[in-house]
Formats: sequence, structure tokens, C-alpha cells
Amino acid sequence: MTERHLPEDVAPLLTRVAETARERVTFTLDGRTLGALEGDTVLTAVLTTVGHLRHAELSGAPRAGFCLMGACQDCWVSTESGERLRACSTPIEAGMRLVSGRPSLR
Amino acid sequence: MSDPLNPVIVGAGPAGIRAAEALARHGVRPVVLDEAASCGGQIYRQPPPAFRRSGASLYGTDARRAAAVHSAMAWALDRVDYRPGTLVWNAEAGALDVFQGDRTSTVPYSHLVVATGATDRVLPLPGWTIPGVFALGGAQVALKYQGCAIGTRTVFLGTGPLLYMAAYQYAKAGAGVAAVLDTAPFGSKLAATPALLRQPRILAKGIYYLAWLRAHGVALHEGVRPVRILGSRRVAGVIWSDGQRERELACDAVGLGYALRSETQLADILGCRFTFDPGQRAFRPEHDAAGRSSVAGVYLAGDGAGILGADAAEWAGERAALALLEDAAVPVDRARAATLERRLARSAVFAAGLERAFPLPADWAAGAPDDLVVCRCEEITAGDLRAAVRDAGAHELNRLKALTRVGMGECQGRVCGLAAAEILAHAAGLAPEAVGRFRSQAPVKPLPFTVLGTQPRKPA
Repeated sequence: MTERHLPEDVAPLLTRVAETARERVTFTLDGRTLGALEGDTVLTAVLTTVGHLRHAELSGAPRAGFCLMGACQDCWVSTESGERLRACSTPIEAGMRLVSGRPSLR
Repeated sequence: MSDPLNPVIVGAGPAGIRAAEALARHGVRPVVLDEAASCGGQIYRQPPPAFRRSGASLYGTDARRAAAVHSAMAWALDRVDYRPGTLVWNAEAGALDVFQGDRTSTVPYSHLVVATGATDRVLPLPGWTIPGVFALGGAQVALKYQGCAIGTRTVFLGTGPLLYMAAYQYAKAGAGVAAVLDTAPFGSKLAATPALLRQPRILAKGIYYLAWLRAHGVALHEGVRPVRILGSRRVAGVIWSDGQRERELACDAVGLGYALRSETQLADILGCRFTFDPGQRAFRPEHDAAGRSSVAGVYLAGDGAGILGADAAEWAGERAALALLEDAAVPVDRARAATLERRLARSAVFAAGLERAFPLPADWAAGAPDDLVVCRCEEITAGDLRAAVRDAGAHELNRLKALTRVGMGECQGRVCGLAAAEILAHAAGLAPEAVGRFRSQAPVKPLPFTVLGTQPRKPA
């Protein structure tokens, strides 16, 4: 893992404690190629790598989801092509090209 | 339509599954719509296919219940029209608007069982939007559904039996637990014991978690008052008061929750009459002992109809299905229906006991600072809400929404509704039932922009 490229303040938020023997899949986040495991949600794939998913629209403060069950809508992220995904309920797919860290434009 | 009996069940948790099973046993084939990719609801949520943990590891003491519910659905699969990954985003008399895959369609119904379940009941505190703070149920989903912990030193903060259950599950999985901080004092639990004895199995489970956590040296504090979560780009600690002085605890994650709240948007859009439930300090859709709502042909079951827990959800789902059949002049086993109603009545006593044992902090609104972000979506603060009460005379929740945008964001007030109502009631000097509730609006959850208005509505 290319940890040295990640700034200190975006250290991974989630910690894997079980089920680590799954197949690896790769995706990109802001152009960087990263690894996840088959069956991860987009939220898991991103937050086992970095410390947030998105920024709040008004304050720009970092956000990392909240309810993890599709209720709070605080984990929407974008793909490079502009598609919006609810990270907690969307499975990661090999080759997904995600964008994080920028306030979303509506 | 040739067959006038065309029931639809919304939700495939314990209530929806038992409703589907009961209808199928009577030769009726319902449509079962569920937002999740696989059945079980939140409590019996199943991990994606690549995961390998056993039921005992995933569901602990509830493993047998979980297996029974999953196998009921497995049995019903050939006998119902099960449509996972389907969001019901709007409803009208006789038809539901659904979104599945990348398209919307309309699903007609003659009878509707609404089994939409529950989500975490949350009261905000300063710092609750910092990455690393998750809803308590979310912390459980991370572990159960993804094999992840939200941190390596997690504080479980709030109140309710799930607080101890989640802490136990984390500790058992080898994820560090810094402490359980429960706002409910010990005395309230003691006072509730007689009511809690109505469901000894569940009470025993709670006592077991508590004893296990104590035996394993996890710090448990009762009667706490949460002050703030520390950190900027991620959680660094929690400050709480024990009534005498403020105490600081280092941690890197917080699971935050005050038991559960019913998911009622669909019942609201359907026009069901609501009533204020003082025990749950919230409005919930009215229903009779069998689950009939105020709208003919619409039945309510499970935690979406009032928080009674997973076991009761199974009974309520089956009972609602029997009511539906009775109303459609299909003969049913009335003794079974009566048994289910008796169990549900016992569950209601137990649930009232839980609310007494783990009450919402009565003084939360009074202590919420003006700069506290109440609404995560629109970043509306307690001070913004109080200003609207003071300067514009807002005294009703939808008026407050119009003035401040609280509850207008993408969660539609699911997360902030309770907090906004409590702040409003306190600031206006009103009882919580006097300030009303957020009106639900379609779409109940966000849809891709490309979907709305571009596709003709056709029956599925």
C-alpha cells in the first residue's frame, strides 16, 4: 500500500477485524490506485484507506458517513464521470474511479 | 386485474419476512420489496456473498432467531415475488413508485404491509460530525456486514440496550472498547425491572452483556452527561460529566445512539393517522392490535410501527398478514391471531420498561449550546433554531423547517427530527407533542437526477 503518499490527517478510519481472506479488487481514488476486498462497500473501501469520504457542502468540514444503513445520506461520493453513489450501500467494483475530498457541486 | 388480492410488503426484515411467509402459507403470493440486497433487515442483516463468518459469530445469542428468519424467507422465495435492491420512494392509493437498478416503475397493490423498520435515535453533541463518529447501529453494521471496526479505541455513547450489545460485539471481535458511557442512571434500570421481566430472555441477554463487559474490564459509566467529542479531522476523545466534574477520555471513534426510532415516511405519505407516543417521545402511525392502520388496506408491522424489538416484529408481521387475509375474507386461524396479539401486548409492556430503564435525557435541549450543529445535511445549529423561535415566533416543526431549512436536507429529518423537535419545544416552552412532526415528502430518499421526469410510469 502506498501509505507514504497519504497525508497524516487522512489515516484510515475503519479497521478490518475479520474476513480479510477475500479476493482483492483495485479501484482508484483521486487518481491513485488502491486496494479493497471483494464484498466491501464503497464506504469500506475508501475508509480503510483514508480518513473521510467527502466534505460538508457549507462548511467544507470532512465527513465519513454516519448511519451506514442508507438513512442519513451523509456518504454520497462521486465517480470521475460524475455519477453519485451512496457509499454505504454500493458495493465496490474493480476499476471504479472515485473522487473524494472535494465539496460536491449541486 | 383478475386476482383482486394483490398484496405488497415493504421491507424484508423480521416483520416483512414473517408477513410474507404467512401470506404464502395461505396460498397468497405477495410482492416483497426491500431496499437491501439481501433479506434480514438491520438486525439479521446478511453479509455480502464473499464473507464466511458463521451465524453464531455474526448474530451471537440471536443466531437461532436469525437462522429461523432467514430460512422462513428461503422457504418463501418460490412463493413470493421478492424484489431486493428496490427502494419505495413514493406511494399513493393502490400504487407504489419504486426505484430498482437504474429505473423507476410503479407497483400496484390491493393491500399493503408497511414493515420499514427503524434507525438509530440520535441526540447530537458538539463534535458529532467529526469523522469517526458513527451511529450506534452503524457501528454494528460495520462489524456485522463488513468485518470492520469503526476504531481501535471506541467509546459507545448514549443510552439503550444496544449500547451494551454493540460494546460486547466489538470487544468480542477483538476491537478495542474504551468505555460505555450511558446517560441513563442505574436507578432508572432498577425501577424498570418488573416490566423488563415480561421478556426474561431479552433481559437475561442484557444482563449477560453487562456482566461480560465488567468481567473483561471494560469501563462502564452510568448517569453520564455527554459534553463534547474532541478532534478536528478525526475523533481524539470524549468529554463527559459525571454530575460532579468533567472527565476526558481518549478514543478514536464513537458509536452514538439513544435506542431506536421508527422509520415512518412511507406510512406518512400513505396518509396514515399519527399519534404521539409519550414513551418514545415521538409520533408514530396509529394501528390496532392486529396492525391495521387508519387507512383501509394498509397494515403496519415491526419497529416501523413503534419500537418493540425484533422478536415482536416477527409476531407483528405474521399478525398483520392474518389481518390482511381476514379483511380479504380468507379464513385464518383465530387462535393463532389471538396468541400473537397476547405476545405483542407483553412486548409493549417490555418496551415501555426499556424506555423507563434507558430514558432520553430530559434536559438535553436545555443543555445544547447555540453552536451545536443539529442538522448534519444543512449544518443548521441549535442557535439558528432558537433564533427562528425567538425572532419569527416559530412554534411548529414544519414552520421551523421553512424558516431554517432544518430537516430539509437529504435525510428528510431522519437524523435531526427528534433533536429539532426537542430544541423547538424547549425554546417555545411547549410540550414535544405540541410542536408536531416533519411532513414526509417524496422522494423519501434521493434518486439520481436522470431518473425523475425522464421515464414513463408503467406498471412493473
